[in-house]
Amino acid sequence: MAQTRKQMLTDPLVDNNPITLQVLGICSALAVTSSLQVAFVMAIAVTFVTGFSSMFISMLRNHIPGSIRIIVQMVIIASLVILVDQILKAYAFEISKTLSVFVGLIITNCIVMGRAEAFAMKNPPVASFIDGVGNGLGYGLILMLVGVIRELFGSGSLFGVTILQTVNNGGWYVPNGMLLLPPSAFFIIGLIIWAFRAWKPEQVEEREFKIQTVEQH
Amino acid sequence: MAEETSAVEAPKGPIGKFLALPTDSVAKTVFVAVTLCLVASMVVSAVAVSLRPMQDVNRLKDKQVNILQVAGIYEPGIDVAEAFTAFEPQVLDLSMGNFTTQFDATAFDDRAAADDPALSRALENDPAGIGRQSKYVTVYLLRDDAGALDKVIMPLHGYGLWSTLYGFIALEENGNDIFGLQFYEHAETPGLGAEVDNPRWKAQWNGKRVADDEGDLQITVAKTAPPAGEDYHIDALAGATLTTVGVDNLVKFWLGEEGYAPFLANLKAGAI
Repeated sequence: MAQTRKQMLTDPLVDNNPITLQVLGICSALAVTSSLQVAFVMAIAVTFVTGFSSMFISMLRNHIPGSIRIIVQMVIIASLVILVDQILKAYAFEISKTLSVFVGLIITNCIVMGRAEAFAMKNPPVASFIDGVGNGLGYGLILMLVGVIRELFGSGSLFGVTILQTVNNGGWYVPNGMLLLPPSAFFIIGLIIWAFRAWKPEQVEEREFKIQTVEQH
Repeated sequence: MAEETSAVEAPKGPIGKFLALPTDSVAKTVFVAVTLCLVASMVVSAVAVSLRPMQDVNRLKDKQVNILQVAGIYEPGIDVAEAFTAFEPQVLDLSMGNFTTQFDATAFDDRAAADDPALSRALENDPAGIGRQSKYVTVYLLRDDAGALDKVIMPLHGYGLWSTLYGFIALEENGNDIFGLQFYEHAETPGLGAEVDNPRWKAQWNGKRVADDEGDLQITVAKTAPPAGEDYHIDALAGATLTTVGVDNLVKFWLGEEGYAPFLANLKAGAI
């Protein structure tokens, strides 16, 4: 690992983004991005959980038996998620009402498991914490990008503040209902991945096999 | 790396002995599993217990805000607990249609009662999709300055598209004119089914009527007006047919014979 700490934090934002390059955590990215406020809280929650779960797993890494390591990781991640859920219910009740199920589903977010297994099991606690936070932020960045597009064109607002007055409320803007449904996030994430790879061609994966032409046979 | 550490440091005490064991040995596996579970469960329980009072306050305040809103007396920034003292909670016996004093109305939990076999019944005809219905529910009475009944706020719930919608309906003292309807908990699609929270949609309920002059239940949530006319019609939510059907079913169920009909009859007869 020749990475500096700053690189560990900034790499997952674009160069090694968990969503666009590792293609992890797509499921929750579809579910929580129809409104920016929810996406924002979700991004903070995931960053908190990936950061601290990586740190704790890294602290225990020399004592975790290989046979039960996934379960040990899950117990640590699940405890942190319950912690986040309880804190939200106590301090941000309104948001926890809209986010309820999805906070619980952070447990199954592949990014958290992925960083625990790929990085934290092999690296010291501070580096693991920074790596976890970086990946959480990379996830959050894409969440916010998708959220801006979906909320602006789906509900005509940003962070709940009306930008485009919709027809339902007596304005002129006819909202695009598809953007409020989870499949639209697939298209948007697909387009973001396309844009990222057009910008940074080194992210394009090599073909697993070459498509044969008839002449070569 | 574990082996290196154990070679350098002498094991200290019983925990040190366990930590020094080879990581993949059975004893260490069991030790790690048990310790981790104990620590994790203690942390989780400690947080849950210490935050419980705050969460209960939030939940209660949220419910009170919704009752104030449906009764049309909520304004941002008011003292919710104080404004809420205007309401008189009463536990209603649904089948008899009158109030019962066998429970403490301020503490009665409708939702817990719906799960209690002694206090609820399984529904055979279940258009609202709720499974079991509590025999007793908490309703809130709002009286005017002279002490006469002004509004009555009644809870209702039922299944929409993805979730059970929980809400309140406020009726005028005659038990037939609707003042408002509001859901305080649901997980319908944002922008489509979740438009049940849209103030413009909710405003339609004000001034509608539950039953016609013959006493037949007429209130309908649908795209087109029922034969009884616009007085009984709430427009459907655009793009949310199944949520609309759910709301229609649950309103008809709760205002019908298996719901508040006996109570509303008593209200009209002036027996309350």
